[in-house]
Amino acid sequence: MNIIVEVGYLIATVSFLGGLKFMSSPKKAKTGNLIAATGMVLAVICTFITVTTNTIPIPNLIIALTAIAIGGFLGKRMASKVEMTAMPQLVSLFNATGGACAMLLGIIEAFLTDTNTTLIGIQILLLLGLTTGAIAATGSIVAYRKLAGKTKDNRKAIVILWSRILLVTIISLPILFFLETLPVNFEMFCLIMALVSLTYGILFVLPIGGADMPVVISLLNSITGIATALAGFVYDNKAMIAGGIFVGSAGILLTLLMCKAMNRSLLKVLTGKFKKTTNTGDTEEQNIKDISVSETVMQLSFASSIAIVPGYGLAVAQGQHLCGQLQKMLENRGIKVDFIIHPVAGRMPGHMNVLLAEANIDYDHLKEMNEVNDTMSHYDVVLIIGANDVVNPAAETKPDSPVYGMPIIKAYAGKQVVVMKRGMSTGYAGVSNDLFGMDNCNLLFGDAKDSLQEIVNQLKLI
Amino acid sequence: MEFIQNNLEFIYFVIFCVFIGIEIIANVPAILHTPLMSGANAISGVIMVGAVIMILQIPSDNYLLLATGGIAVFLGALNISGGFFVTGRMLKMFNSKNNKK
Repeated sequence: MNIIVEVGYLIATVSFLGGLKFMSSPKKAKTGNLIAATGMVLAVICTFITVTTNTIPIPNLIIALTAIAIGGFLGKRMASKVEMTAMPQLVSLFNATGGACAMLLGIIEAFLTDTNTTLIGIQILLLLGLTTGAIAATGSIVAYRKLAGKTKDNRKAIVILWSRILLVTIISLPILFFLETLPVNFEMFCLIMALVSLTYGILFVLPIGGADMPVVISLLNSITGIATALAGFVYDNKAMIAGGIFVGSAGILLTLLMCKAMNRSLLKVLTGKFKKTTNTGDTEEQNIKDISVSETVMQLSFASSIAIVPGYGLAVAQGQHLCGQLQKMLENRGIKVDFIIHPVAGRMPGHMNVLLAEANIDYDHLKEMNEVNDTMSHYDVVLIIGANDVVNPAAETKPDSPVYGMPIIKAYAGKQVVVMKRGMSTGYAGVSNDLFGMDNCNLLFGDAKDSLQEIVNQLKLI
Repeated sequence: MEFIQNNLEFIYFVIFCVFIGIEIIANVPAILHTPLMSGANAISGVIMVGAVIMILQIPSDNYLLLATGGIAVFLGALNISGGFFVTGRMLKMFNSKNNKK
């Protein structure tokens, strides 16, 4: 019986790996998701087989099955209801549930095991799993509330101070405990650590700025993965260890990728700091030319290839469907339309791609920055909607600018550039955009969605 | 040293997992990063396996632990089902003309 279970876990592990591997192309990704999900179901079934070989406590079995049924049903409902713009919130929320599960697991396990006979190694693993799980749980909930606009950034010095004090506490308390200098037993100590970690999770995410969220979500995701792997060690379960490690490495990789795309170090994101600058760039006088909707429509209709650079502003304005409509209309006129997507467009890695896919845009037209940056001059018109810092040429030309060194979309290389903008406000980095003053650049002022609607309406008439 | 000796197999396993994980995920294009993340999130729901193993060990008369364990299993199940369903829903939207043929 045992060998069947072991093989089951092995297949589950391989299916996680295969599922992730299939994610490397949009064509195969659906299959990949299915494979991973099947592996997961298999892993759960295997777990139940293990227990049927022992004596089964019926009430426990009933509770477990009921919990799975309710959780499964609720998860499906939430997943089918969510708006695509709210995807980052939902992912954070699911991440919180995973973290909370890991934390509860650690606490209960501490109560179940006999402390005198348990190896110190297992105790350390339990504690680590519990701490990471708790941080991921509350951290993700704060991230969720921030993304949903329910909680504002809090950069007060006291919050940052306390979060540092707690971090030191989390590291030093276990050392004191294992040196047997604390007058509490293991169970109590686990509860205390859980409380401290839960609080730390809140304080750790609270000061982090809204646009840094892609980094934070990736990081929290990775922490949950690590918590899962740690729990896997406790149960000597390879499917859990492997699954946890894959998630952990995926999260870390995406975290670093996002940091690089935003030109900020992980440490700076976590402490909520910006590069100090002497020159913010607004000392220079810019020669801004504005353009009307009808002029924009003329430019678009005479072009043979157009690049659209969408930013978070587009998602806020819920303009992705209008973008899809615009693309269809232009394509029917034989104009090629590509979307060029910066890695940090949106509120989580790759978010903008999902929004545009929702608007029925063919993924062959969704281009990554590196794919097209060298050929930007082939585009007759570059239309920038709700993006700012990611197209600022100062990142390449001005070493003293805060955005310097950030990888940008070379929109300035297009023959004509039209920037849709609400006003002359600066982007997230707080610097003025040199692009706006360039000769080939025109600004179309107004709400992104309204302007897009106008363009679509006028294009219909031509 | 003794610890390493006893767990050598595990240490190999972990190191290989880390490298394979990074290698595979580095190949995922930016266009699929959101589904990747929610898919990975669902996979981390494998923590529920641990929760199930644990809840079946709890003495049947310890109601407090049973209730807590039930919550843990529920949260794990929510993570798994929500994660995979939402990933599937997102991936369904990625379409290409070349693909429909």
